[in-house]
Amino acid sequence: MDIFGSFALLLALVAAVYAFAGGIAGIITRRPLLIKSARNSGLAVCVLVAVSVATLEYFLQTDNFTLAYVAEHSNRALPWYYKFAALWSGQEGSLLWWTFLLSLYAFFALFLNRKKHPELMPYVGVILAGVQIFFLTLNNFVASPFHVLGAADASGVMHMAATPDGSGLNPLLQYPEMVIHPPMLYSGYTGFTIPFAFALAALLGRYPGEKWIHITRRWTMVAWTFQTVGILLGAHWAYAVLGWGGYWAWDPVENASLLPWITATAFLHSVMMQEKRGMMKVWNVWLVFVTFMLCILGTMLTRSGVVSSVHAFAESSIGGWFVGFLIIIFLVCLAAWFKNRDYLRSDNQLDSLVSRESSFLFNNLILLAACFAVLWGTLFPVFSEWFTGSKISVGPPFFNKVNVPIALFLIFLTGVGPLLAWRKTSLDGLRRNFAWPLAFGVASGIAAFIFGMRQIYPLICLTLSVFVTLTILAEFYRGARVISARDGSDIFTAARELTMRNTRRYGGYVVHFGMVVIFIGIMGSAFNQDVERQMQVGQSLNIGPYTILVQSFDEVPTDNYDADRATLEVFRNGKSEMMLYPEHRLYLASQVPETIVAVESSPLRDLYVVYPGPSPDTNQPVIHAYLNPLVKWIWFGGVIVVFGTGLAMLPNRRTALVLRPVEAAHSDPLLGTPARVSAMNPMNRGSDSHG
Amino acid sequence: MDARKKDARKKFVIGSLVIIATLVVLAYVGYTQSKTYYHTISEVGAMQGSILQQRMRVSGNVRDGSIQHVDGRVDFVLEEEGKTMPVSYIGTDPLPDTFKDGAQALVEGHLASGGRFQAEEIQAKCASKYQAAPPGAAPAQNPGQTMANPTSSSGNGS
Repeated sequence: MDIFGSFALLLALVAAVYAFAGGIAGIITRRPLLIKSARNSGLAVCVLVAVSVATLEYFLQTDNFTLAYVAEHSNRALPWYYKFAALWSGQEGSLLWWTFLLSLYAFFALFLNRKKHPELMPYVGVILAGVQIFFLTLNNFVASPFHVLGAADASGVMHMAATPDGSGLNPLLQYPEMVIHPPMLYSGYTGFTIPFAFALAALLGRYPGEKWIHITRRWTMVAWTFQTVGILLGAHWAYAVLGWGGYWAWDPVENASLLPWITATAFLHSVMMQEKRGMMKVWNVWLVFVTFMLCILGTMLTRSGVVSSVHAFAESSIGGWFVGFLIIIFLVCLAAWFKNRDYLRSDNQLDSLVSRESSFLFNNLILLAACFAVLWGTLFPVFSEWFTGSKISVGPPFFNKVNVPIALFLIFLTGVGPLLAWRKTSLDGLRRNFAWPLAFGVASGIAAFIFGMRQIYPLICLTLSVFVTLTILAEFYRGARVISARDGSDIFTAARELTMRNTRRYGGYVVHFGMVVIFIGIMGSAFNQDVERQMQVGQSLNIGPYTILVQSFDEVPTDNYDADRATLEVFRNGKSEMMLYPEHRLYLASQVPETIVAVESSPLRDLYVVYPGPSPDTNQPVIHAYLNPLVKWIWFGGVIVVFGTGLAMLPNRRTALVLRPVEAAHSDPLLGTPARVSAMNPMNRGSDSHG
Repeated sequence: MDARKKDARKKFVIGSLVIIATLVVLAYVGYTQSKTYYHTISEVGAMQGSILQQRMRVSGNVRDGSIQHVDGRVDFVLEEEGKTMPVSYIGTDPLPDTFKDGAQALVEGHLASGGRFQAEEIQAKCASKYQAAPPGAAPAQNPGQTMANPTSSSGNGS
């Protein structure tokens, strides 16, 4: 059976090589059959990798411990869903999973466009195959998940040897979110390959028109959504499992996942400059390139242990492969850009400082600054060792100092940017759109100050959040009022109609609102408190409005682990509110201990209690309680962001019907005069139904 | 390009420079507050002068049987390549679950007088083997780590 899986993997590599070489030959000779066979070979890669993933999963589910990977990452008592998750819990499996998701994306990109863009798709196929070749080479020859355990008998002949039971899945990964977080994040990382392939293909093939930028934008949104969900799930996992009361530690692996998210966010904004005004073409192409390179870098940081981290604590030989691959990508991008740089000439220039254009420019500037700061801070130990000989790391103060002001400025732009007019905004327009929201924002900031809030950043954050929320609401209200006046519907129906007519714009507002909610949640961390105390049954401690009373300590054995459990009763204003059961577990297969946090979450605050077991000094049980305000807003804001992105990807009602024949006639319908663009509704939904 | 556009461009460039300069200053302040040097135990032993004040990170293995709990702090000995360094953990967070005899640990803090290291933070990775590997088979690894494929790794998972 293991032969089956590894053979499928090898065939996948062969198919990818054919898709690559055949595709190049097809582009040169322009023979349709060759191009078609190369594309079909690209589709076959996905099927073959899927077979190999299914084989590994079958081994995991059937406890086949002849396989080294299964023996190291699973055990018999593990529940089936964690056996499923064990697939991406180790180096070899997660790289295979990377390849699989990439191939799945590539399959859809090739299949959905099989009858479209005949000039562009062969290039896309070649680029995708090139990336697949790299990962399949790793899967086959460097980190194969299909290694079998062998033992030599007396005469020196090797035989298969199975261990009686596996050493188990890392307990930190035995948490429901670990079943969804890695696939989400990997779908983000791998998803950015598709926009990269389209952008590079358009540049290499000098594809006429702006069609490719719509395709690229669409796929970027898909990958961006997955990346957002992946990052937030990862933060939630860290919060709920690691038991230190926080969700983000500026750990290198966390940073790695943030980097492509930042550049993709920058791209999703600056792409509008290209669609509407024909500006920033070079910048956009490089944003797409850099996003993809950061994805590869992120995978490398996670997998290679170049920078020590909670996650990437191990060292392995795989880093060199990634460095080589990154250099190749960079050189290819550089060469493609240099050769075809005239293709990306800008049509327009900045007209005024107070305009939509300049708000996008500032948005991009500070997003890139954030990206640079995070990248620099993450890789600082590596750079400092190269240049000065001593390895120096920087911690959270560095990242917070730079990124908190950036985040606040971003919130500000979130409110202001979308309401500024293209080219130039009049003072009158500013006053009309911003006077009331700004007044309310400042008023709420002053009110908070009077009520005792003294920290400057939270005050600014609150002011801006109120301001942005009100500008967004006002936008919906203004538009909905027009519709409701015309067709007599109530304001909520009208608001829905408004959103469905211009999903991209109003979906964008919803995403912005979600980000504001997330930032409010993050702001809450400025008011965190915690108390740690040795406690016996009957004793209690106070934190914020709560009193925690210890009722008992007991032991709960299960098949998978033994748990020490604390039973705590929580009082508020003298009334019993709830019971909390934090645990300290010892996992039997791996003999690894773990603390299980008990969290009582409400919109206003989380009560987060850890029972790390008895204190080694005195043998008395220790309880560590945290009061974290507003954390729930972060997860809730994430839901809003995903909902908004979903909205923005929907086709427009009506305009789609109107636009279709128009677009069929023009190769380049979006580069009309600004007046015409806004009259058509700044949408291009009709054209990109590829996603 | 007309004068208005030139003016807009100039304003944008000035605005950008102000933002970047502010961020660079903030970054520098953050850097000086949090920079931490990595040193090996033998380097720490040979240190003199002002560098002794640095915040640093030192890694090594916890010597078997050296962990002692005394009045709210934890003393142990870190060893690497035959060199040793006494450490007192004075941090507030509970010790990581993986911190035990023989574990590979990364301590962060300052060097106090008398050559004793005052650690404020500890990261630890358990180095114990969970099962005896069958003769000739690939060595069992710590499942907490993601390491190179079993044929290329040797020794136990640390």
